[in-house]
Amino acid sequence: MVDTLTPVLTDMWDVDCGWTLRAYESKGGYRALDKAFAMAPDDVITAVKDSGLRGRGGAGFPTGMKWGFIPQDNPKPKYLVVNADESEPGTCKDIPLMMGNPHVLVEGVIISAYAIRANMAFIYVRGEVLHVIRRVQAAVAEAYAAGHLGKDIHGSGFDLDVVVHAGAGAYICGEETALLEGLEGRRGQPRLRPPFPAVAGLYASPTVINNVESIASVPSIVARGAEWFASMGTEKSKGFSIFSLSGHVQKPGQYEAPLGITLRELLDLAGGVREGHDLKFWTPGGSSTPLLTAQHLEVPLDFEGVGAAGSMLGTRALQIFDDTVCVVRAVLRWTEFYKHESCGKCTPCREGTWWLVQTLARLEKGQGIEADLELLLDQCDNILGRSFCALGDGATSPISSSIKYFRDEYLAHLTQGGCPFDPAKSTAFATEEVTA
Amino acid sequence: MALDDKTLGELRDIAARYPEKRSGLLPMLHLVQSEQGKVTPQAIEVCADILEISPAEVNGVATFYTMYKRHAVGDFHVGVCTNTLCAVMGGDQIFARLKEHLEIGNDEVAAKRQGDQYSVSLEHVECNAACDYAPVVMVNWEFMDNQTPESAVQMVESLRAGHDVKSTRGPKLCTWREAERVLAGFPDGRVYEGPTAGPASLAGLEIARERGWKAPEAPAPAAVEAPKEGQAHG
Ligand SMILES: Cc1cc2nc3c(=O)[nH]c(=O)nc-3n(C[C@H](O)[C@H](O)[C@H](O)COP(=O)(O)O)c2cc1C
Ligand code: SF4
Ligand code: FES
Repeated sequence: MVDTLTPVLTDMWDVDCGWTLRAYESKGGYRALDKAFAMAPDDVITAVKDSGLRGRGGAGFPTGMKWGFIPQDNPKPKYLVVNADESEPGTCKDIPLMMGNPHVLVEGVIISAYAIRANMAFIYVRGEVLHVIRRVQAAVAEAYAAGHLGKDIHGSGFDLDVVVHAGAGAYICGEETALLEGLEGRRGQPRLRPPFPAVAGLYASPTVINNVESIASVPSIVARGAEWFASMGTEKSKGFSIFSLSGHVQKPGQYEAPLGITLRELLDLAGGVREGHDLKFWTPGGSSTPLLTAQHLEVPLDFEGVGAAGSMLGTRALQIFDDTVCVVRAVLRWTEFYKHESCGKCTPCREGTWWLVQTLARLEKGQGIEADLELLLDQCDNILGRSFCALGDGATSPISSSIKYFRDEYLAHLTQGGCPFDPAKSTAFATEEVTA
Repeated sequence: MALDDKTLGELRDIAARYPEKRSGLLPMLHLVQSEQGKVTPQAIEVCADILEISPAEVNGVATFYTMYKRHAVGDFHVGVCTNTLCAVMGGDQIFARLKEHLEIGNDEVAAKRQGDQYSVSLEHVECNAACDYAPVVMVNWEFMDNQTPESAVQMVESLRAGHDVKSTRGPKLCTWREAERVLAGFPDGRVYEGPTAGPASLAGLEIARERGWKAPEAPAPAAVEAPKEGQAHG
């Protein structure tokens, strides 16, 4: 039996100065590197394939398979890009990972770059996290000084340079092709695919883009073996991952567990929902994944389980909302976010998110009519599947799922001529109600 | 103030980090902000000149990203997260209270009062990847976790008075311009400040330690030797 929690990436986080090279090396850090260098690059790719690691940035694409798409006969340089843009609402795992254990990311970058035969890698960190950027910059500098980066690393003949690149505030730059635009010094607007980045990515060269957590998982796979990794998790969703609990739980925070754990188990560990209240709705993987409710507590949190429940595993950003929260207010706020972050490239999303906000705002104020719910669903229909990138699709998730589970609450706004909830009661500093 | 030769050199250094120099534009704009407090028309010309692209292209980029400012912000730029989770947890109340207290609206700078050492500006921001510490306020892109309207007001008053204020995750807050310089890729030596992780980050790990939970044992590692020169299949 595998333990309920399986700290691997988070294992350094309670170590004093865990973000330093010395601390990382004292726990065996940078030793997977020699094991990787002793393997042929293709064998490293095979090991990652065999481990079953699937991308931790949201879509769950098999990481080893993605690496295998890099055309090695293409004479252009190959690039590795780490997606450290973490801005999907609710997602808060890569930031503490880079703050507490940046070297595991750097070691992962070196092994991954070796596997795909890239001699240059970029870590694109969202700009709004100053101290995290300091820690990543320092880790890269320390790795150079120790000979883990640069020319002829560990005498292997392999060269690698790493650049830490700070973004400048744009959710869309988390989308991999928009990120490449940002990294090329342009407005962050998604590119048409195909060609996929594996064929023509950064500077039109073969490029692998992976999430921080995906790359940070690689050293442990190489050090401890694909089988070890695959011994955790479920049949098609292997390994461990960081689950982020936020909102109305007693102990919000990061919980690293095998995929397939349930929200019920996580809530038990986190001391349950806020005292005196019940779970009302939650996101399994950020605001772009359809909402779930208390009837979904037993859903295995893996790619298949959450999919079967009508949502997506996404980034395992479990935002927990209790019975004091108005779902219409919550959904309106997310929709305003999508409207603000829409890059404007395609009409369904640019115009559609604007219309969604208009309709929702009216409903929230109790000024709409019942037919507005159908209007909203119709507007979602015109965005979902018709947008240029997944931002547009994601914008419809909270709306359609909330109407599915909470139609009555929308209607209550109409019958009461406004919101039936008191926003003061949902705050972290609300004085406890006296319960009879 | 015009950009001096040292800064011009640093701007060129940034561009040189990349295989294609245009990639340097985002960090270069961070650097000009650290020098001039915003993206000025002169800075746009200078960046365009170094990168051999048109000023219109630079301007197009500078207007796309929210961290680039067309008008000056305060010495301490306060961003209140009002995305859904923080909003529900109290971000809306914090933002309302700060607007009232500072007598400004979104994206404005509060007037420096007599005796104030520093100026403060206010903006509402989107999810900053710290939801487990909600409600969150960012000051010059450092985390101020688990805030209340009162704690936020106290914080801005301390900042205005020139007292040292520390991020709840460690480092002493530096000015907005100093922060922009780090984002441009010029470290300030503050990396050692603060703990490895904040308390919420450790929630799961603490339980695992208490209960002795670990990832499964790996098969015993075979001793590996570093490969000799040229032996790896690079
Ligand atoms: C609007 C949007 C935002 C995204 N934001 C992120 C992000 O912040 N971090 C991330 O790793 N992936 C993000 N993604 C997913 C990336 O496009 C890409 O799938 C991912 O980085 C691939 O890495 P992985 O295979 O390791 O998961 C986003 C996608 C979309 C459509
Ligand atoms: S879906 Fe939205 S974010 Fe994506 S390309 Fe279209 S306008 Fe831009
Ligand atoms: S919602 Fe505020 S940090 Fe995520």
